[in-house]
Amino acid sequence: MAGYNLKEVMSKPERLAAGHRMCAGCGATIGIRAVLRALHEGDRAVIGNATGCLEVSSFMYPYTAWEDSYIHNAFENAGATLSGVETAYRALKKRGRLPEDENFKFITFGGDGGTYDIGFQSLSGAMERGHDMVYVCYDNGAYMNTGIQRSSATPQFADTTTTPVGKESHGKVQTRKDLSAIIAEHHVPYVAQTTFTKDFKDIHVKSEKAIYTEGAAFLNVLAPCPRGWRYETSEVMKICHLAVETCYWPLFEVEHGNWRLTYEPKRKLPIEDFLREQGRFKHLFKPGGEELIEAFQAEVDKRWEDLLYRCSR
Amino acid sequence: MSKKDRMSGNEATAYAIRQVNPDVMPAFPITPSTEIPQMVSTYIANGEMDTEFIPVESEHSSMSAAVGAEAAGARSMTATSSCGLAFMWEELLVAASNRLPLVLTLVNRTLSGPININCDHSDSMGARDTGWIQIYAENNQEAYDNFIQAFPIAEDTRVHLPVMVCQDGFITSHAVENITIEEDADVKDFVGEYHPEEFLLNPGKPVAVGPYAVSNYSMEAKYNQEQAMIRSKEVILEVAEKFRKRFGRGFGLFEQYRTEDADFIMLIMGSAAGTAKEAADRLRERGMKAGVLKLRVFRPFPAEEIADALRGCRAVAIMDRCESFNGHGGPLSSEVNAALYLNGADVVSVSYVYGLAGRDFTVETAEGIFNELRDASESGKKLTQYRYVGLRTRKGQ
Amino acid sequence: MRTDISNINEQSPCEDLTEGLMIFAGGTSKNFMTGEWRTQTPIFDETKCKQCLLCAPVCPDGCIPVRDGKRSDFDMDHCKGCGICEKSCPFGAISMQQGGM
Repeated sequence: MAGYNLKEVMSKPERLAAGHRMCAGCGATIGIRAVLRALHEGDRAVIGNATGCLEVSSFMYPYTAWEDSYIHNAFENAGATLSGVETAYRALKKRGRLPEDENFKFITFGGDGGTYDIGFQSLSGAMERGHDMVYVCYDNGAYMNTGIQRSSATPQFADTTTTPVGKESHGKVQTRKDLSAIIAEHHVPYVAQTTFTKDFKDIHVKSEKAIYTEGAAFLNVLAPCPRGWRYETSEVMKICHLAVETCYWPLFEVEHGNWRLTYEPKRKLPIEDFLREQGRFKHLFKPGGEELIEAFQAEVDKRWEDLLYRCSR
Repeated sequence: MSKKDRMSGNEATAYAIRQVNPDVMPAFPITPSTEIPQMVSTYIANGEMDTEFIPVESEHSSMSAAVGAEAAGARSMTATSSCGLAFMWEELLVAASNRLPLVLTLVNRTLSGPININCDHSDSMGARDTGWIQIYAENNQEAYDNFIQAFPIAEDTRVHLPVMVCQDGFITSHAVENITIEEDADVKDFVGEYHPEEFLLNPGKPVAVGPYAVSNYSMEAKYNQEQAMIRSKEVILEVAEKFRKRFGRGFGLFEQYRTEDADFIMLIMGSAAGTAKEAADRLRERGMKAGVLKLRVFRPFPAEEIADALRGCRAVAIMDRCESFNGHGGPLSSEVNAALYLNGADVVSVSYVYGLAGRDFTVETAEGIFNELRDASESGKKLTQYRYVGLRTRKGQ
Repeated sequence: MRTDISNINEQSPCEDLTEGLMIFAGGTSKNFMTGEWRTQTPIFDETKCKQCLLCAPVCPDGCIPVRDGKRSDFDMDHCKGCGICEKSCPFGAISMQQGGM
């Protein structure tokens, strides 16, 4: 891998065209652009996509935002669909029906609904079979396309439309599913968790590794949703920064079974700093919310300790 | 040179798959179609074919992967039965609406519940409106022959629709019969190579598949899809004719067995057609003009052709190996009756439900149905519609 | 069979739609002007810009054109006015103004 140079990577041709209908300030498309920039110029790609915001907004007939070939199939089967595409590539190459010097890469995008939940089986199957592809989850922590319903990626206490805060409810009861770890336990060659950092080096380097490591790879990208998280659209970089600095969303990678932190905050910030920025947690800052924040903090601490242990082995 | 061999329907199908040697085959096991992916895997393991087999984790994924592979430019297929087909339901619609010329070899089995592994047509009949061409086999020979014709039909540019090749679970899939098999080279030549014009992996020519489309586009898209289904009829006939000329076998949309002068006709699909033919032969020996119309192509539905074929007879028994739970008969009965009415064929028809979940359908039962038609016709008495055949009740039949 | 989407619109007859509603082309969304959505507009002050390019990757819409390591003015045909770029600029070279413009 060559050294990262922001000016160089930003000068590459865009592979996600403007004119898509994602909301103003959408985190997902920031992530998609970053992942696609890691494709080497000259390499071709087939992009897969689970049903979700990204799909209905990026390929609304006859407008496709994808400069590369693209296939949306359904909500729950982005893993299986790209399995088929990648296998077709091997079959056609083997049978001499594609030029020798043409290289295709296979990247599929799904939200947390299509990835953690309804598409979990399809993802697990594709990872286990070891197709040479990257599955990228843009995790915005709820079913945003249908109107902010909870998913297994939704953090505890978040106010969503199926875990609404009320007299008898503090929001979502359960804590998050740790999908990055679950996919790592598939023992695929590369798994990473990332989000947007100031110069986008972390997501770029991980995307490049994921795309250019042979075999199945998984990227979990925290992609804030201003509608669902209730923050001003302009604040996405601050939110991502706090997610990382509070260790809510640690940056790490698992390369051939080797867990490694790619960034460690010098001083872990309290989780309130992350929660306070978002309307979906505003009930935690009302009287009586202290205990809930404490519980949230305890969960973050426990998971962070777990991760440190995994990375120290 | 063609040759004779003893094969089960599953073996015959797997043999044909080996000969066609498609590019990609994802599949997941389910009784009674399990043997097909097993046999294909064995052929691959022994170097007798080099299809890329994907051992997916479910039928939903087998059809999803087949959709991906086909869109990518690979000739693709899968195999399943029953709940497997039900699980891939959504994907059947996606395959057809994306106009992907996939092939699915279906070994018909009843749908749950109760869970039961034996044959009826509830799986494929349930999928009758998913946009797939459906071709049914009476026996192992037809299972073999129909599979070989499937890709040429699906891939024809006038069609570009997926094809479901159906055979009856166990009765056809597992029973061994003598069949005629063709040389590998002849089969390959008949099926031809696959070179789609547009596909995901075409370097420098990106394709986008599977859009969100607003109402202004969606209705027109569905109409276009239906036009392809209508056009497929002539292609099915052309391919059948080409097959018949080359290999000396086969039928078009249906087989007419002793129907030319028949007073009483049984309209039936799948393996039970053989039983019906035997009954017609026996009854003809006893002076009844009995015949059988064996429907080969259920989608597209040959409404006009069926009406014309039945027009001269006095009564027809429409045999559904499927319950439709609609209170007035099975799907075949609904469609045939509509065909008769709309084409002005004034024929008495009675709908029967038979053979659910593998219930035996005997020559004697078939004879009984012909006799009922005759008795009613002679006495002028109206027969009760929508009758279960071979059902135990306290009152008896 | 390559698709020219200028021949396809919501009043097109069925014969003019593509098979399976596939699009045989890439990047056709550029013909859809999302800039109309904008309720506030970024103003680029070239004199303050140090070409650090921290603004370029944060745009969800790729509306900051970069060529040979240098950015130019916004793609107003598509910019939705989210304001992320303004916050990312360390030099105050981007300011948001009310209105779509």
